[in-house]
Amino acid sequence: MATVLLILLLTPLIGAALNGFIGTWFRNKAHYVAVPALALPFILSCYILWQMMAGGAQAQEFTFFTWLPTGGLNIPFGFYLDQLSAVMAFTVTSVSFFVHFYSIGYMKGDPGYRRFFTYLNLFVFFMLLLVLASSYLLMFVGWEGVGLCSYLLIGFWYEKKSASDAGKKAFIVNRIGDAGFLLGMFLLFTTFGTLRFTELFPLIHESHASEGILLAAALLLFLGAVGKSAQFPLYVWLPDAMEGPTPVSALIHAATMVTAGVYMVARSSVLYSSVPLAGYTVASVGAVTAIFAASMALVNNDIKRILAYSTISQLGYMFLAVGLGAYAAGIFHLYTHAFFKGLLFLAAGSVMHAAGGELDIQRMGGLARKAPQTAALFIIGSLALAGIPPFAGFFSKDEILHAAASSGHTWIWVLGTITAFMTAFYMFRAVFLVFAGKPRDEHLYEHAHESPWTMTVPMWFLALGAVAAGWVGPIYHAFVAPVFAGTHPLHSVEVNPTLLLLSSVSAGVLGIVVAGFMYWVPGFRNRALALIARPLYIILYRKYWVDEIYDWLIVKPLYYISLYPLYKGLDTYIIDRSLVDGTGWVARTGGRLSRALQRGNARTYALLMLAGLLIIFYLVLLK
Amino acid sequence: MSPQIVIGFALILFFIGVFGVLFRKSAIFTLMSLEITLNAACLALIGAFGAWGSPSAQATVALVMAVAAAEVAIGLALIVVMARHEDVTLDAFTSLSREKEEK
Repeated sequence: MATVLLILLLTPLIGAALNGFIGTWFRNKAHYVAVPALALPFILSCYILWQMMAGGAQAQEFTFFTWLPTGGLNIPFGFYLDQLSAVMAFTVTSVSFFVHFYSIGYMKGDPGYRRFFTYLNLFVFFMLLLVLASSYLLMFVGWEGVGLCSYLLIGFWYEKKSASDAGKKAFIVNRIGDAGFLLGMFLLFTTFGTLRFTELFPLIHESHASEGILLAAALLLFLGAVGKSAQFPLYVWLPDAMEGPTPVSALIHAATMVTAGVYMVARSSVLYSSVPLAGYTVASVGAVTAIFAASMALVNNDIKRILAYSTISQLGYMFLAVGLGAYAAGIFHLYTHAFFKGLLFLAAGSVMHAAGGELDIQRMGGLARKAPQTAALFIIGSLALAGIPPFAGFFSKDEILHAAASSGHTWIWVLGTITAFMTAFYMFRAVFLVFAGKPRDEHLYEHAHESPWTMTVPMWFLALGAVAAGWVGPIYHAFVAPVFAGTHPLHSVEVNPTLLLLSSVSAGVLGIVVAGFMYWVPGFRNRALALIARPLYIILYRKYWVDEIYDWLIVKPLYYISLYPLYKGLDTYIIDRSLVDGTGWVARTGGRLSRALQRGNARTYALLMLAGLLIIFYLVLLK
Repeated sequence: MSPQIVIGFALILFFIGVFGVLFRKSAIFTLMSLEITLNAACLALIGAFGAWGSPSAQATVALVMAVAAAEVAIGLALIVVMARHEDVTLDAFTSLSREKEEK
């Protein structure tokens, strides 16, 4: 099994190295390397999952060598394989494989074709490292690696100012979270003396460390998750990350990397369950983010940004679940979400492809007639996201809402249900505006066309996942139960499951119906309503001015502090003018003064020598 | 001969040499005066060793004279170059004190 894991991990890295170093040999056939380099891990992760299901799996640690043998810190390079990492590896490799396949068609003819596949393979390597790592430190390597690849791929079209800015924004915002992650790691190490999961978690479980330390460690680690998984208040980078190519948005910014935070919290379930306040914080942040992001998606007109806000909102759901101790439900949503959100992004890419790169849904319309497959796929994804049975999202979302309702924190459940309504509304707003009705832009409509098979086939596979991934619920729960055996979901209220199910489904259906009336049924648009809702619309359309607030509160002060006191003041006057120039001034002035002695006249020197000699004589002989 | 007389004579000779180095203009005289100071030092050495009753200083002095001969050879060669270049007076060569000219 150790060898299988090693091959699983290294194949994408080898793929990236081949394309990166000798890729010019393959000309524009980079996918001949990149796609098989993902197919093998996909097959292997299926094999691992199968083995673990069949063999009554045991959590196992595989250690290959000692990576950091320094003093008290011994970090082995090793993998920790349990049901959780097996499920994650499967999710990552399957979605990655289909996205790679899709990219063949989508990225065709791009001058950076080879670079794209290199980064994408490298990303999968780091993501698998993150998922399989046996210690926090090794996980952090993967954590940073995926951040790097995310930065590189967001700024993939770096000639575009907005793209390179978005890449930088993602990188910088993530730094804030990563600092938290690092500090949390340090705190755990100084308290327990180890970072290996197998050693750390039993120690925490029977810990005598004060609750305060555990709470601090949990919250610091969660700060890392907030950055990586784009939760409030560090979510601002994700909508901008849509500047990257669409397959990147599908893979990194929807299905895999952004879910790393959820995985990390679930992996640290022992820690978060031991301090109720930490779990409650996670759940609150998740719930607030879910509704906050969903509300911004309601009015956005950029098809990819709608999906980005939706991703933030769904990640909020996952945090809500893991925060309330329903780890299995959170990871289940992660797994189903990877399929349907990956599908939605790919379908959005297909829409862009059809519409010649257009992103504004207000200019589309009627595209279902031109691109029927894309329309069907997008609708499947939307239904799954809206939580309509029997699609995948229904099962996982229902579980999360069930956990929220029975936890006793009613407000979280209320927020979750309202979010479910909003989710259905904004997805079908997009569906109706893009695919239904009359074309709003004749020119765009005339040139619209269906995507090639390399794009539609992988989407159909993901659509299969979006439909059926939720059906394995009972098997899945039985499978991952051992991982979270030591923890229990918060449970204080008995709820009627049927009633809950009805409420969540009706929230979804209601969202679809309202969207249908507003954006599909002609002549229904109510002027009075539009007038009343206008201030609300502006607030949402301007995204609560969060970017502007950050700009005023953080970016601008930092800029002006750097420019005036630091650059113009400290650097120019104190360092340059005083210290650097001062050194030169001392040497030059000293030279000018002592040059008076150096007359160049040999006899003056001789006289001075004599004078010196006499002084020495006086001192030595006559004293 | 008492050492006081020898040392006294050497001292006089030395200051004559110093005077020559300091106040003669021509580089040739400077060189000659330098040789006088050197020889004054040698004489003082011999006188001092004579007072101790040891003749071995004479070997050292022979060595010093050999070195002085070599030194004079170089010194005279330098004076020839000086003569070709500008002048045989040392005061003509003060370019070390000038600030570097911008070229």
